[in-house]
Amino acid sequence: MEKNESFMNMPDERGHFGPYGGIFVAETLMEALQELRRAYEKYLVDPDFLAELDADLQHYVGRPSPIYHAERLSRENGGAQIYLKREDLNHTGAHKVNNTIGQALLAKRMGKRRIIAETGAGQHGVATATVAARLGLECVVYMGEVDVARQEANVYRMRLLGAEVRSVSSGSKTLKDALNEAMRDWVATVDDTFYIIGTVAGPHPYPAMVRDFQAIIGREARQQIQDMSGGLPDALVACVGGGSNAIGLFYPFLDDEDVAIYGVEAAGEGLDSGHHAAPLCAGEPGVLHGNRTYLMEDKDGQIIETHSISAGLDYPGVGPEHAWLKDMGRANYVAIDDGEALAAFHLLTRTEGIIPALESSHAVAYALKLAADMRPEQKVLVNLSGRGDKDMHTVAAIEGIQI
Amino acid sequence: MSRISACFSDLKSHGRTALLPFVTAGDPHPDLTVGFMHDLVEAGADIIELGVPFSDPMADGPVIQRASERALAHHVSLHDVFDMVRNFRRANDRTPVILMGYLNPVEVMGYEAFARSAAQAGVDGVLTVDMPPEESHDLVQALRAEALDAVFLAAPTSHRRRLEMIADAASGFVYYVSLKGVTGSANLVLEEVAAKLGEIREVTDMPLGVGFGIKDAPMAAAMAKIADAVVVGSALVSRIEANLSKPDKIGAELKQLLHEMRAAMDAN
Repeated sequence: MEKNESFMNMPDERGHFGPYGGIFVAETLMEALQELRRAYEKYLVDPDFLAELDADLQHYVGRPSPIYHAERLSRENGGAQIYLKREDLNHTGAHKVNNTIGQALLAKRMGKRRIIAETGAGQHGVATATVAARLGLECVVYMGEVDVARQEANVYRMRLLGAEVRSVSSGSKTLKDALNEAMRDWVATVDDTFYIIGTVAGPHPYPAMVRDFQAIIGREARQQIQDMSGGLPDALVACVGGGSNAIGLFYPFLDDEDVAIYGVEAAGEGLDSGHHAAPLCAGEPGVLHGNRTYLMEDKDGQIIETHSISAGLDYPGVGPEHAWLKDMGRANYVAIDDGEALAAFHLLTRTEGIIPALESSHAVAYALKLAADMRPEQKVLVNLSGRGDKDMHTVAAIEGIQI
Repeated sequence: MSRISACFSDLKSHGRTALLPFVTAGDPHPDLTVGFMHDLVEAGADIIELGVPFSDPMADGPVIQRASERALAHHVSLHDVFDMVRNFRRANDRTPVILMGYLNPVEVMGYEAFARSAAQAGVDGVLTVDMPPEESHDLVQALRAEALDAVFLAAPTSHRRRLEMIADAASGFVYYVSLKGVTGSANLVLEEVAAKLGEIREVTDMPLGVGFGIKDAPMAAAMAKIADAVVVGSALVSRIEANLSKPDKIGAELKQLLHEMRAAMDAN
């Protein structure tokens, strides 16, 4: 790529980010994806649609979310100043709702009466059930049997919101299997059903569309940090499972070449243990769930089970734009293990009174390492993608406490 | 002429419709698959469709998904599938074999290496479920270089322009997915299938196979009147699943179902 060329004009018209992305689905879904692409291209430049979206983001989600200078945390850690983009303060407690609002409004414009979604930790499922309740759309959420058991509270929340939660008992019974099952539903119901994918993976146009709905995070943050500190940050840090909160923060900064970018994957029990969820750090390119990207796979091309303390990062693939940014060298992808994430979870909670989601704790943990080697006048901006209330049981259980 | 094209033109000259049974390689055990293939030919199969197991079979219903899981419990890989076809070819060099599966195992092996090994093993065609024509250029080139047919799906939702694209990329035959849904679903409407096959015939002279949802002999016979090939998968795999505790009986069960279908089709 030429030095002056932008990193912001991907994907191409067929959904490719370099060799990644694309559309890898059975023929039955091709027309539905083309219909979706046409609607997305039409409404993302439609003033009425954008005004409706903006109003919802402001009055229903509570945007803009603030950025916060974590002074005590920065002082205790030493080195650069750490700033947090507070996506945890959104309605439903995470960044996920930015996207579900956008896709649900799109579904309504397309005349679809039924919404389906997949969920791992349950955050995307809750965010989908929430907007479906508000718009009066029928909602079915697919969730792996293992996740249903370990995220009971979110299952209950979804049911309270009127969604039907369907437990998936095939394969590894986690997020990837829920995604398979949602695709199977969609193949049979394409006429009246809109599939809200929760991350920047899946077939085109999902990776681009979800990015565009999440990019409000970076657009706000880019302005806010200049207003607050007088300049751009030196580094951005965000956790990467599928990668939607990360791309949402990164995208508006991609052409700011002095801003370093770090995506943090889940190293689980350690990259060497094999029990992790870090396809960019330790996987290989392949094709899964409609796109070509880095995957956790064995030598025969079978998808392998992942591990992370955080259910939201427990996914064997990653958005194709991240794969491309890695190969282009524009973003760095690193990994934080369960123990490091847990330590950061406690440190942020104790020093700032902010309980982060375990997913976001991975980003905080890497930011602490990074900042420690930087100068005090430098700035690291972390996407605090969600709040930790949903993780109380997980953290307590690790510490042997029954709540 | 490829073994697949030769098979279809031979059937056509006898006024018969092809019967294509599907089983997943390695289900329920890798040692049984080659025997099943011979059983199926004996019961009237014209072409064998061999499923390559994959961990995430997005387009398949629960029956074929579980077949994949049973095969993967024995770590059945593409190399094992090639070995099975090679063994089958020792006693049968006439019946075409098509591999049906998902792209990722092929990606990992590499397109050229995959095509070469498949051809050497005696495979005749490849159907990659999650690879639409738009993304297929490199793999189709690799398959053609080894004289392998690239079989593509057409669906009820495929419009004229897509059907043309499919016809351009495909060789051997076109596999029409007869309903909106995954393999093994219900609700097949014969008139709708017939109408769509008519549309596809406007863009290609290739034989048309019909699959997804053909459960029994009467349905197979009805489809045989309008299609050039009838594909039966989940109904066979269900017989395997029903007899997991009696693996010796599976071959006979498969033969019985296929024989009923063959007889009903030939009585048309």
